[in-house]
Amino acid sequence: MSKNSEYLIERENKQYEVIIGLEVHAQVTSESKLFSQSSTKFGAEPNTQVSLVDAAFPGMLPVINEFCIEQAIKTGIGLKAKINKKSVFDRKNYFYADLPQGYQISQYKYPIVGEGKVILDMPNGQKEIGIERLHLEQDAGKSIHDIDPNNTLVDLNRSGVALMEIVSKPDLRSPDEVNVYIKKLRSIMRYLGTCDGNMQEGSLRADVNVSVRLKGETEFGTRCEIKNVNSIKFMQMAIISEANRQIDLLEEGKEIDQETRLFDTKRNETRSMRSKEDAHDYRYFPDPDLLPLEISQELIEKIKSDIPELPDEKKKRFIDKFNLSPYEATILVSDIETSNFFEDVIKNSDVKLATNWITGELFAVLNEKNLEISQSPVSTKNLSKLINLIKDGTISGKIAKTVFEQMIDGDQDPLIIVKEKGLKQESDPKAIEELINKVIENNSDKVAEYKSGKDKLFGFFVGQAMKESKGKGNPQLINKILKEKLNG
Amino acid sequence: MSDITSQSLFELTSNIKEKKLSSEEITKVFIDRAEKSKKLNVYVTDNFEKAIDQSKKFDSNPNFDLKLPGIPIAVKDLFCTNGVRTTAGSKILNNFVPTYESTVTQNLWSQGAILLGKLNCDEFAMGSSNETSFFGNVQNPVGENLVPGGSSGGSSAAVAANLTPVTIGTDTGGSIRQPASFTGTVGLKPTYGSCSRYGVVAFASSLDQAGPMTKNVRDCSMLLEVISSFDQKDSTSIDYKRNCYSKELSKDIKGKKIGIPKEYRVDNMPDEIEQLWKNGISYAKDCGAEIIDISLPHTNYALPTYYIVAPAEASSNLARYDGVKYGFRSPGQNLIEMYEKTRSEGFGDEVKRRIMIGTYVLSSGYYDAYYLKAQKVRQLIKKDFDDAFSKVDAILTPSTPSSAFKIGEKTNDPVSMYLNDIFTVPINLAGLPGISIPAGKDKNNYPLGLQVIGKPFDEQNILNISYALEDKINFKNDISDWWVSE
Repeated sequence: MSKNSEYLIERENKQYEVIIGLEVHAQVTSESKLFSQSSTKFGAEPNTQVSLVDAAFPGMLPVINEFCIEQAIKTGIGLKAKINKKSVFDRKNYFYADLPQGYQISQYKYPIVGEGKVILDMPNGQKEIGIERLHLEQDAGKSIHDIDPNNTLVDLNRSGVALMEIVSKPDLRSPDEVNVYIKKLRSIMRYLGTCDGNMQEGSLRADVNVSVRLKGETEFGTRCEIKNVNSIKFMQMAIISEANRQIDLLEEGKEIDQETRLFDTKRNETRSMRSKEDAHDYRYFPDPDLLPLEISQELIEKIKSDIPELPDEKKKRFIDKFNLSPYEATILVSDIETSNFFEDVIKNSDVKLATNWITGELFAVLNEKNLEISQSPVSTKNLSKLINLIKDGTISGKIAKTVFEQMIDGDQDPLIIVKEKGLKQESDPKAIEELINKVIENNSDKVAEYKSGKDKLFGFFVGQAMKESKGKGNPQLINKILKEKLNG
Repeated sequence: MSDITSQSLFELTSNIKEKKLSSEEITKVFIDRAEKSKKLNVYVTDNFEKAIDQSKKFDSNPNFDLKLPGIPIAVKDLFCTNGVRTTAGSKILNNFVPTYESTVTQNLWSQGAILLGKLNCDEFAMGSSNETSFFGNVQNPVGENLVPGGSSGGSSAAVAANLTPVTIGTDTGGSIRQPASFTGTVGLKPTYGSCSRYGVVAFASSLDQAGPMTKNVRDCSMLLEVISSFDQKDSTSIDYKRNCYSKELSKDIKGKKIGIPKEYRVDNMPDEIEQLWKNGISYAKDCGAEIIDISLPHTNYALPTYYIVAPAEASSNLARYDGVKYGFRSPGQNLIEMYEKTRSEGFGDEVKRRIMIGTYVLSSGYYDAYYLKAQKVRQLIKKDFDDAFSKVDAILTPSTPSSAFKIGEKTNDPVSMYLNDIFTVPINLAGLPGISIPAGKDKNNYPLGLQVIGKPFDEQNILNISYALEDKINFKNDISDWWVSE
């Protein structure tokens, strides 16, 4: 996307704008479920993490897990949102085999968190996305249709796990913004430790609301909701496919039906799940087993005081304090592990070099090996040592790359590598002068050419001198002495 | 010593503590009488064998410090009992054996009581005559083919027929007090939040309360003391200091202000009920209480409000009985068909009627007109009582608008059946404690009850007033053992 350009879909001299709103379901990081003490650990044997409450046995009652409440408040604070001191748990009634109670406990009219915002760093500047609300709800179990040919099997391990549903305003306008929004949301929650954001394990999924309208139009078009999309890539594909489907309908003079749709990842198209007429009547009403949730100002203040520095604030600090560019700062704060790594490295080494080495060499290695920064093959300690070797002139940047390549193999100490391999930079002016003299002697013809005005040859002499030093010559010194000799 | 089964809980515990009776002796006598009383159909499931084992175990190492030392007790089949089938009077739970114990019953066992068995009740506690039970009618020991009231009909009949010294029931709209009134026994519905709902099969969560059903007021105070407790497993359980109800029981009610609500003089109320009420008032005066006329202006709306709120909650509470996880399942070609067959065959008509009413009043488009409005009226009813209790200490009313009726008399007329709860329902809506004590008889010699309603958490006061009135009334149940087969 070029600077200042909007995401528009073109049809015969017409330009359509795409309006997107997301309902993100984020699993609350918590040892136990929202209303029971069962474990939430991922990947356990089916039906091994199910209490009598989760399986809705007669006479069983939900008891709220206060930690999940605190996690929701924390997330609300991270979204700069209003925390509602009184909220209500409602029952959303529907029948399904993996919904043991016959209702999901959710929050309908009175969510725990009200309006907030998320700031996106887009190539053409910042954009604010409004948050409508955040509410807590129980996850359902899992129906498994492909093990037994005649029966559906049910796994209730997920049943009752706490989810935060984070509803955005219809402020998103492109698949790119959706990408940045999801990543930013995930980043904030990972900073807070309220959701691990692991999309492979289903900790983060979204319902995507899409509508289209002609550019310049101010009213929203009819929207469709695409249910339960579980990766950013699929969200983007679904949006593009759904927007085009809607535009095609409009172009044919047809109307768009408000409906719930599913995204078929194999065919890259959305298809109707149920129309507005078939929409469930969930018969929401306040859950009489739970009292309205009351949150004291004291608790909110206590949680506020525990909130770590969040990406936006950290970015500002990195720019102000370390003189980083907004681009560099954005990259370094995007993930809490990265920013921690960075801050650890610069405790003992140069900021500018650390920035370049982390965003350059280290990221390249991580990418290549498909590793998270938490699994970095080079420790912060050894990376700062390497940077210090460059900074104090012990090795050149070029040699440093060779050393780095070796460090990756078992997090080796760069000091030892430099010592063992004799890679220490030659910075003795006398020694440099000697090898420069040699280069000048061996290339008298080139010297004559240079002196007659062929300035470009200076690079050639630097190269020869570097070669003569077996790459260990101090580049600044070589430059300086060469200039003196050739120009003198 | 009088016949063991006719002894009060107080007498039995005294006799056990004084080693005049053993737990085994008592348990066997009750079991023996139960074997001869099958005609009453009070038991859904008995626990006789285990009960005898447990009574022997108690006797071999008795702990007389307990409040119910070795006392055998049968309970309503709405309380989940670990390892003992719990049906809620429904086919859909016909084969359900819990692996857990309700808090209320656990409180009984922790104080030394022994489970005799599970008592019949209306299906999911929905009914006023015990006629909706999948396990059939219960006979009222007062007279043949007479209903024992409901939904705790097996419980009231069992106490009246001396088949258990005391029992516990549940009361959502009158299910303890109305059957107590019909059988000449005492039944108390505690303040909402007094007894834990954990492990009690839910009917309407915001109204359900467990409570004691006994032969007399003193036993009632003893049993309430045991079953009422704060429980973290029930979020609506309330943490407050509970009295030692039996220790603090007193007949001294001098100067207590007792309110008489004019709205409870309903149309067509039989003269004998009116007379019963008048007698109650004069007895209260005799005890030194001050009688004050009060008004509870929204009383008329209580029954319709109840029949919106209770079915709404029930329709959702009973959604879990779907044939997937436990209980009865009728197989189908697909999930929807399995649901339809399971729930059509598994639930009885009254339960289905209430599920449909509840589903309707919660439906989009009707929610505001019914459920939301009912909740507002409920607040007004509650406020009526708040206002009244700023002037009086307790309220005295009849328990029911009539005495026990014949089996089958009202089964085809749900509304006339629902009218049975007209005096008891407002108390559940307001979350207050209420007790029914036997206070007289009608022309057929069937018992009639008076209800004493108290402020929240003021069970001690209504127990004391009942204790004083009981003494003046001197009610004697006239039961002939007509059902006993040798």
